[in-house]
Amino acid sequence: MTDTKDVIAAIVGIEPGSELAAVVAGRADIMALTQQTHDAALTPAEPGGLTHAERAALACRIAKINDAGDFEVHFEALLDSSGATGDTARIADIWFDGGSDVRLKALIRHVDLVAHAPKDATRRDIELLREAGLDDADIVRLSELVAFVSYQIRVAAGLRLMRGLA
Amino acid sequence: MSKVVHEFTTAIPEWKPYVKPLDLAEASPAQLEALKITPSNTKVSDYVLVLAHDVETLTHRSPLFNGVMYNKGGLSRAEREIGAVGASIVNRCIYCAAVHASRYNQLTKDETVIAAIFADGVDAEISPRLKAILDFSVKLSKCPSDADVSDMQALVDAGLGKDEILDLILSSSLFGWANRLMHTLGEPLAE
Repeated sequence: MTDTKDVIAAIVGIEPGSELAAVVAGRADIMALTQQTHDAALTPAEPGGLTHAERAALACRIAKINDAGDFEVHFEALLDSSGATGDTARIADIWFDGGSDVRLKALIRHVDLVAHAPKDATRRDIELLREAGLDDADIVRLSELVAFVSYQIRVAAGLRLMRGLA
Repeated sequence: MSKVVHEFTTAIPEWKPYVKPLDLAEASPAQLEALKITPSNTKVSDYVLVLAHDVETLTHRSPLFNGVMYNKGGLSRAEREIGAVGASIVNRCIYCAAVHASRYNQLTKDETVIAAIFADGVDAEISPRLKAILDFSVKLSKCPSDADVSDMQALVDAGLGKDEILDLILSSSLFGWANRLMHTLGEPLAE
């Protein structure tokens, strides 16, 4: 488990007492639910067929694809604390495609596609996950992970631009 | 015969999942609990039943979604829908675009804005305020995000308050999430 209380606030650098902090406080419910979803997607109590280490490593890839260095650092720390080794840790390497591991290869291919170009996804992409051994529940877990991290990175990107306003 | 819809429309299609929706007869107590707080209490949609396979995220996602789109104050509900539509255009989520474009039309009783956006995208001839909102949403939705300081300044210049800008960031980003589920886990069908 990570003990970070609000990943977005830490990454954007929302100073307590600042004008931005006051604006964000107006949507404190959303920010709290965002953090709770982060924990549910990255470190769920029942991870199903996707380990915490795999989730952190895949999130790392998503951060890299989004050019979001601060999130990359965050998810790398999460990956380190999961004690991942070998091919699982290598998932975070954007040049690693899963090698000879059919399941890993399918996970990586799908995450990269949906993070970068969801518009190009088709029924065939879900079939490929199934052919690699994922069941429907794991397909949904994987989809929520990519979808949520893509959301979280955009909220932070927007808030950082807001912080720059006079 | 139903056909897959490939063009943007305000006629809401049927959404057909590629994965099997949860069978309520097999739902766990946690899944039933999460399903109780979905937007619709009368009938649980296939979409929500698909998401119920990951009950831990669904538990937070449903109230988060409702809060972003319906919370009091801040950006008007109609303008939040434009944030949703901008993201759905970038991600080509025909279903989400249809639902939220038609909601914009209902809220404003004006169909010309959505018609212009569906026809011309970010080049649509719409009011400067709506144009700034649409531009920001579209740019934030790219991967990586393409929104920069000038796009943020354009929102301020168009008269948006900071509370409104925050709501736009949230609704646009939320559809980066929703589109990646709706468009990748199923397809929009029409008669």
